[in-house]
Amino acid sequence: MTNAVATKSSVAVEFDGVVKAFGPVQVLHGVSFALAPGRVYGLLGENGAGKSTLMKILSGYESLTSGTLRINGQPQSFTSSRDAEALGIVLIHQEFNLAEDLSVAQNIFLGHEKKKGFLLDDAAMERDAAAALAAVGLAIDPRTKVRRLIVAEKQLVEIAKAIARRARLLVMDEPTATLTPGETERLFKLIAQLRADGVTIVYISHKLDEVEQVTDEVIVMRDGRFVARAPTPEVSRQQMANLMVGRELADLYPPRDLVVAADKPALRVRNFSVPGWANDASFEVRPGEILGFAGLVGAGRTELFEGLLGLRPASGTVEMRGEPVPHGKGWRNPRDAAKHGLTYLSEDRKGKGLHVHFGLRQNLTLMALERYAQPWLKPDAERAALAEAVKDYGIRTGSLDVRASSLSGGNQQKLALAKVLQPQPKVVVLDEPTRGVDIGAKRDIYFLIQRLAREGLAVIVVSSELMELIGLCHRVAVMRAGRLVATLDATHLTEEELIAHATGTADTPTAA
Amino acid sequence: MPPEPQTPPPQPEAAIAAAAAHRSEAKPRWTERLHGLGPVIGLVLLCIAGTLLNGDFATVDNAMNVLTRTAFIGIIAVGMCFVIISGGIDLSVGSMAALIAGSVIMFINWAGPASGSPLMAVMMGAVLAVALGALFGLAHGLLITKGRIEPFIVTLGTLGIFRAYLTYFADGGALTLDNELSDLYAPVYYASLAGIPVPVWVFVIVAVIGGVILNRTAYGRYVQAIGSNEQVARYAAVDVDRVKILTYVLLGVCVGIATLLYVPRLGSASPTTGLLWELEAIAAVIVGGTALKGGAGSITGTVVGAILLSVISNILNLTSIISVYLNAAVQGFVIIVVAFLQRGRR
Repeated sequence: MTNAVATKSSVAVEFDGVVKAFGPVQVLHGVSFALAPGRVYGLLGENGAGKSTLMKILSGYESLTSGTLRINGQPQSFTSSRDAEALGIVLIHQEFNLAEDLSVAQNIFLGHEKKKGFLLDDAAMERDAAAALAAVGLAIDPRTKVRRLIVAEKQLVEIAKAIARRARLLVMDEPTATLTPGETERLFKLIAQLRADGVTIVYISHKLDEVEQVTDEVIVMRDGRFVARAPTPEVSRQQMANLMVGRELADLYPPRDLVVAADKPALRVRNFSVPGWANDASFEVRPGEILGFAGLVGAGRTELFEGLLGLRPASGTVEMRGEPVPHGKGWRNPRDAAKHGLTYLSEDRKGKGLHVHFGLRQNLTLMALERYAQPWLKPDAERAALAEAVKDYGIRTGSLDVRASSLSGGNQQKLALAKVLQPQPKVVVLDEPTRGVDIGAKRDIYFLIQRLAREGLAVIVVSSELMELIGLCHRVAVMRAGRLVATLDATHLTEEELIAHATGTADTPTAA
Repeated sequence: MPPEPQTPPPQPEAAIAAAAAHRSEAKPRWTERLHGLGPVIGLVLLCIAGTLLNGDFATVDNAMNVLTRTAFIGIIAVGMCFVIISGGIDLSVGSMAALIAGSVIMFINWAGPASGSPLMAVMMGAVLAVALGALFGLAHGLLITKGRIEPFIVTLGTLGIFRAYLTYFADGGALTLDNELSDLYAPVYYASLAGIPVPVWVFVIVAVIGGVILNRTAYGRYVQAIGSNEQVARYAAVDVDRVKILTYVLLGVCVGIATLLYVPRLGSASPTTGLLWELEAIAAVIVGGTALKGGAGSITGTVVGAILLSVISNILNLTSIISVYLNAAVQGFVIIVVAFLQRGRR
């Protein structure tokens, strides 16, 4: 730790016409606004609005293409996050930047180790780390290996790390995504305390109630541009949401269809448990119905479906169109599930959804290769299928012979969707189908999902974006800590109601 | 060009992204083609050099000699190619070949007199070689997938086990085919069809079948998908375990075929049989342009890689510029240079 740096007293930030381009793709189009010291700002915007890129420029992880960033009136061009840290600007990443095999104290002082001569001063570092951990209300031994912490604890260690570095401007990107309500309350107290000490905080969150509760002022970005700013008490949540989306929210979602009452559900799950993740979940979805799954991170939604697919040990009864799946523990593996007519799109597009180094064609046909191999693969038939999918799903690409990695996030997601629909399933599970996708592609995906439902497919949408679930689904199932606590009719559902069920502050579960 | 999507309104950003995608794709394509041609260019240059250095190099006899010697490693390398593309590795193939050779010799020596039909015994021995290879491959595959042990560890273990058992069966010496049976078996290595030695024919057939399986069947696509990203493949309803087990079985079968061709060459198996074959087979695959971390690769490249490596040793044998004892060193340099040229391909 460098101690006596005079400029650390306060940090005033001014963005002036900041432009950022990745190659020919421009993501920030001249953003200008200023942040006064000692205030808490809520930075709002849809995925792809450019919030994260702007904050990475502020904290030295990205350089700007043109425009000026001024800190305390001085133009700055950081070449690394260390430069920004020297001025007291620290970004807490959404994805953790912790070395798993090092201890908590070693992580907190990583790159800023305290030394006695040539040797590390472990005692001093552990003492200071303990103080920082106490400040964030985390009662763990600083010598604990980070690997042994749960996700919420890692988040708190990240914050402690920033505090130990005497941050004067702290950027928090979705800090409560993994926290319980109790931990969130403690974080808010900490934010209030930091603000009293003159620390500027930029708070990025999709949870508008939290933004309302904790910030002094909101700044809204959309499509790489600054849109509006206002003192928090003066804007309603509905106004915030409309500013983010840039149109009346109603336009983003297709009109809701009434579900045709079919004689039997497409998928019926009874008393399904995935040990450690989901407990005794029962639900059903009918053909033509869109069923949402809401819940906090870690509520067990993804794990429930991974259990159903045989990717995790599980038990329970599953019926597909009235036919029970044998051996009472879901399917054996995703192949088994696909054969019975259920496919799953993972939330982790790069890690589990698409082969990004493969061509579009190979990605599209992977789940239905039998159709193209009799017994030799027919690349021409595959190409024809790709041309059709590109048209059907609105995948924008310059050429059909590119790798999936060269598509934009939204188009990759459309390709992934096309891929899981290739085997012509009866039920499709879409886990975070619009994560990391721009607003235009989002709208495309919503309309596509509705079209699928109209064609008689039963669709299950797992999402952390509550507005999306309310706007798109017929019914929303809510999970909390591994339990399916409520299934709600989405017609008159509000965000508050959903959050209340997800966090356990609602009175009694209601069934729809 | 794909048809314009009609439903959504055109978005400038998406259009830019698409244009960018188009442009950024032009370059990798060109370099990829170069990567594919690299081994071929290397082989051609080597052959020109060989011709200039020694008049005997560019003769049909020498070419057949080189190809026959390549056949064993080449056949194994075709199988190895599948294993490596799927993200695995097999270090045991040399030891496996030795143990199979020893077992086949013992079997033929026993079955020849016992069955009264030496020809039948030799044929049964050939079948046994392939069956043993498949069995050993199956064991590897099961231990790696169901037992969830790293392929490096499993095959490092069997590398020792196979060779130790051969040494034990041979009592530290050599297992040798009986003379009469050996004469009967000899044509498998020494005979020619249409002027081309039998092992070369077999090598060509194995390579063609391998190429068709890898590029034109669903199984081949799955192998590539698993090596490229196993999780994505698993989520995409690919039966990952079965596909991986089969790659090891395929490799085992290839080792069995290579061994049944190799046995009549010397008519014996000793603790030094097949020594370091695993390294040569892996080297052939890597020199041929397949990435060791898997995902993509080619049978053609592997065949060229195998030939390239044996041409190097052939040239060293024919000329006296570099000592024959440095053969392995030259091959080692070639492998490192190829790996250097392939850096950052992804």
